[in-house]
This record gives sequence, structure tokens and C-alpha cells, in this order.
Amino acid sequence: MLARLTEGLSGRALILLAVLLVVLAAAPFFAGDYLLTVLILILYFAYVGQAWNIMMGFAGQLSLGHALYVGLGAYTAAALYVHYGIGPWIGLLVAMPIAALAGAFIGYLAFRFKVGGVYFAILTIAFAEFARVGFDHLPFTKGSSGLFLPVAQFKHNDLWHLRGQPVMFYYVLLVATVAAFIGCRALLQSRIGYFWLAIREDEEAARSAGIDTFRYKMIAVVISAAMTSFAGVIYAFYYNNLFPEQVFHISRSIEIILGPIVGGVGTLFGPILGAFVLTGLAESLTEGLHAIGIDIPGAKQVFYGICLLFVIMALPDGVWPWVKRRLGLSERAP
Amino acid sequence: MPFDIYLNVAVGGILTGLVYGLMALGLSVIFGVVRVVNFAHGEMMTVAMYIAVTLFSAFHLDPLVMLLPIAAVLGVFGYALQASLINPFITRPEHSQFLLLVAVAIIMVNILLIVFGPDAQNVQVSYAYDSYQIGPLIVDATKAYAAVAALVVAAALFCFFQYTTLGTAIRACADNYHGALVVGLDVKHLYALTFALGAACVGAAGVMLALIVDVTPSIGPAYTLLAFIIVITGGLGSMPGALIGGVLIGLTEAMAGLLFTPSAKSMFSFAILVLVLLFRPQGILGKKVA
Repeated sequence: MLARLTEGLSGRALILLAVLLVVLAAAPFFAGDYLLTVLILILYFAYVGQAWNIMMGFAGQLSLGHALYVGLGAYTAAALYVHYGIGPWIGLLVAMPIAALAGAFIGYLAFRFKVGGVYFAILTIAFAEFARVGFDHLPFTKGSSGLFLPVAQFKHNDLWHLRGQPVMFYYVLLVATVAAFIGCRALLQSRIGYFWLAIREDEEAARSAGIDTFRYKMIAVVISAAMTSFAGVIYAFYYNNLFPEQVFHISRSIEIILGPIVGGVGTLFGPILGAFVLTGLAESLTEGLHAIGIDIPGAKQVFYGICLLFVIMALPDGVWPWVKRRLGLSERAP
Repeated sequence: MPFDIYLNVAVGGILTGLVYGLMALGLSVIFGVVRVVNFAHGEMMTVAMYIAVTLFSAFHLDPLVMLLPIAAVLGVFGYALQASLINPFITRPEHSQFLLLVAVAIIMVNILLIVFGPDAQNVQVSYAYDSYQIGPLIVDATKAYAAVAALVVAAALFCFFQYTTLGTAIRACADNYHGALVVGLDVKHLYALTFALGAACVGAAGVMLALIVDVTPSIGPAYTLLAFIIVITGGLGSMPGALIGGVLIGLTEAMAGLLFTPSAKSMFSFAILVLVLLFRPQGILGKKVA
């Protein structure tokens, strides 16, 4: 098992991976409250970015509506908890099939009718927006006035009910991110992974080679949606409040996909690195502008946008391929 | 009596829809030629709306008079944007172009926020509450002017593409990129010109929309989405399609607002989009692609 997981990794890569894992595992012992919340945000985006990357990076299907799956996961688990006292892990077992079904439905509609490319992207936005307006008018989840989870001062961490201090969420997300990384690596090295890459590179050619492209694109959507819904469950229990206007908003979907694109679409480390780079950038801009006395609303986002522009212009394939060369991890000779 | 209400709301929806159509026409022209989806479309329109609002509140310049100058300003902005930032991205994958335009949109929205603040602003022209009565119909003057202006701008654009050499050259680029290069067309310049035309369309639409709705810095994404829905409904690349799509969506939103609740009206537009993508992916007037 371990031998298969580490197959094809150089000694240098293994050492760097181990160091990174140890640093992340030990971080809460050294990080203050503020840094810990930033790290939680980073891991959250690393995880959902990894889930999104399955669809776009592996199978080549551009989804701009992943907030839908986050929202379905969040609302399902939160509603079950608030109304029936059902814990989040059981809730997850309900949320994942619901998100997977939603993904399958969108995928079925799109791939049956050969809706691809930009059209597919806009179809995914449409469903997320549909859900946003729909949940605004759904009494069961309190509509636009928001669904709140009961909050109390937590003396100890209750992992089973996900009630506790930020450090618990940090470790849950760290485990999830590592699991997603390993899972995605296993998928990429499997038959499914090779089929996905073939579809991404040239769908017609993949079909001619006998690959059932409809089936494998569906698998990508379903896995990606189900994975993403877990992030939604964590979101609900970490923030304790849900508003359709925020959870399903298009800007949430955009946030999810910025990380993997900046990090490197289709790479395993791209989503993780992208989450570090972007969240780090946003937080240091906040601090930096505050330090030099600029407190105008919007100033931070202007700089953020300018940095995004420079990254995408300078490193079209993302930051990770560049870092990879710097670390001497590239398989190919430079 | 109730029938009058339906009729009035429907006419109002159709008139607003024509302005939506002009906005979507800009997106359609850009995508049809440059093959780049302008994810900053609504944000560009917001900029035009703010220019109109500011010129009115500072100098009492009527938006209808300032229609062409503001459209021209947006056109210059569009040209610069395509020539400097987007041209190098033409051969890059869609997600790369998407990120570029999202970054541009983020910058634009937040500059607007810094300059104008988060509060809603509008234009209070002297004829804001005028209306025409035609039989049982009562038509808002602002909506009527806006719709007529939208039709005129759209007709001018159509004539430009159909009857001028420059318009023909741009259509040649859209039909066959390499062919256009081979016959010696300056494709990059023509692309930038196309983006300028699309930006001018959305600028003109924004000026007229400023007469009808309030503007805040954050309304951009909603209009970007609306433009997508209209363009896909009408048929991507079809100029009459964009206007027809606009009218259809404007009418749907108005009726949904009347029959259900105004806050749920966009659900009905999305429902139309989904239906169109399912049963007629090329749009109402789009040509079937093999």
C-alpha cells in the first residue's frame, strides 16, 4: 500500500513532503489564534480546490458553480442538526449523496446534450444561482434570514458533533486535505485518471479510442461534488451561520477556483500551493495596508486583483510548475 | 382591470428587455469575434452607469445626451483592455482567460467602491415620472426613451458589420482567424476594435439603465450573468438573437415579479437558460454547429 502510494516519487520529494506534513501538524502548537484561523482558511481552500481540480484539472470540465455543492453540504448537515439533532458525520452521509445527485443531474443534462466549454461553465453558474434564489425562499432552512447553529462556549472539543475550538477544525481539515491529496493521486494513477486526462486533452480522440467519455465525465462530476459537500459541512459547523446570499454566491465559486488556477490546474500540489499563496496574499495585504494607514474599503481588493493579474500573466501554467523546477522536482530536464 | 396591469408590466418588461438586449449584444459581439468570454461585462456597465450618474449630479448633463460620449469612453477603454491585456491571452485556455477577466473585474469594482462608496445612487431626471398613455397602456417615458435608444444603437452596429469594409473585415476574423491573417488583416487591431464596439454597446446600455435602476459598485456580477443568459438564450453570435433574448428575459422577469415575488424573478431567467441549453443549445436564433 505505502509502496504503491510513494511510487514514482523521488527521495527528495518524499523528504520535502514529510517536512511539510510535520510543519503543518505541529503548526497549532506555535501559531497564535489569528494565524490558526488563517491556516484553517488555507486548508479549507486547499481541500475544495483539490475537489474542483478533479473536474477541471483532470477531466477538463470547467465548473464555475462549485458553491452549489458547498452550499448543499452545509445546508443539509446544518438543517439536520438544527431540526433533528442529527450530528454532522451522519449529516455528511446524507449531504454527500445529495451533492453527488445534484452534480450527476447537471452532468447528465450537459453531457447528454454535448453542452461543453463555456456553455457548461455557465450552466453550472446557473444552477448555483438557482439554488441561491431557491434557498432564499425555502422556509425549512429559514430562507434569506439565515440558518443559525446553536453556539455555546465550548469547554472541550466534541469531534463527534464538531463543536469545539478552531484547533479541532484545523486538524479535521488537515486530515481531509491530506486524504484528498492521496485520493487524487491514486485516482490520477488509476485507469479512470488516464481516461480523464485523455478526455481533457482531446475528447474526440478519447472517444475514438473507445473511452466512454460520458461515463467518465459523470464520474468526475459526482466525485468532485461529493468531495466538495464535505467542505460545506465543515463550513456550516465552523461559522455556525448560513445565508443563501453568501453561501451560494458566485463570488464563493470564484474563490474556490482561484486557488487551483493560480497554483496550477491539473497538478496535485497546485490547489494546496494556490491556497497558501492567495490566502497569504490577502491576509498580508490586510495587515500591510493597515500598517501604512490605508483603511479605505476596497483598497485591499484592488491590490489583490493587480497581484492576480501579474501572476496569470507571468506564470500562465500556475505557480506550482515554477516552484517545482526551483525545488528540482521536475521529471524532465530543464 | 387586472388585465391592464399585466399588459402594462409586460410592456415595461419588454422595454427594459431591449436595454438588456443591447448589453448582451456587446457580450455576443466580443465572444463571436474574439472568442473570449468577457467576465467583466457587468462591471464595465457599472462603470458607464457611474459616469452617467456623476455627470448628471455634477453638471446636470442628461444621460440621453451623454449616451454617445460615454459609449465612446467605454469603447476606448475596451480597445485598451483588449490591446494590452487580452490579446496575449487569446490562445490560452478558457480558465486562464477567465482568471484574467475576473482580476480585471475585481479591480474595477473596488476602484468604484473607493471612489463612490457603497451607497446606491441614481439619476433623477425631470422626466423621471412622465408617462405616455396609449389606450389602456401607460408607458414610462424613461423606459421608452431607453428602449428606442437601444434599438438605434443596435441598428447602427448591425449596419456597421453588414455594410462597411471594416465591419466585413471583423466578420472575416470571426469566420476564419488564419484566413484573415493570410489575407493581411491586422487581426490584433481588429480584435481590439471589436472589444471596443462591445464595450461601447454595454456602455450605452449602462447609461440608459442608469435611468431605470439604482447603481451600486456591486451590481456588476448580476448583470454579467444576465448578459450570459440572454446571449445563450438568443443564440451566441447572433445579433438579432441578443435583442430577442433580452426581450424574452426582460418580459419573464417582469411577469415573474408580478405573479410571484420580485426577489425570485432571476430563478425564472435561469429556468429559461436551462431549458434552452437542453432543447436548443445553439439558442433561439443561433446556427446549429455540427
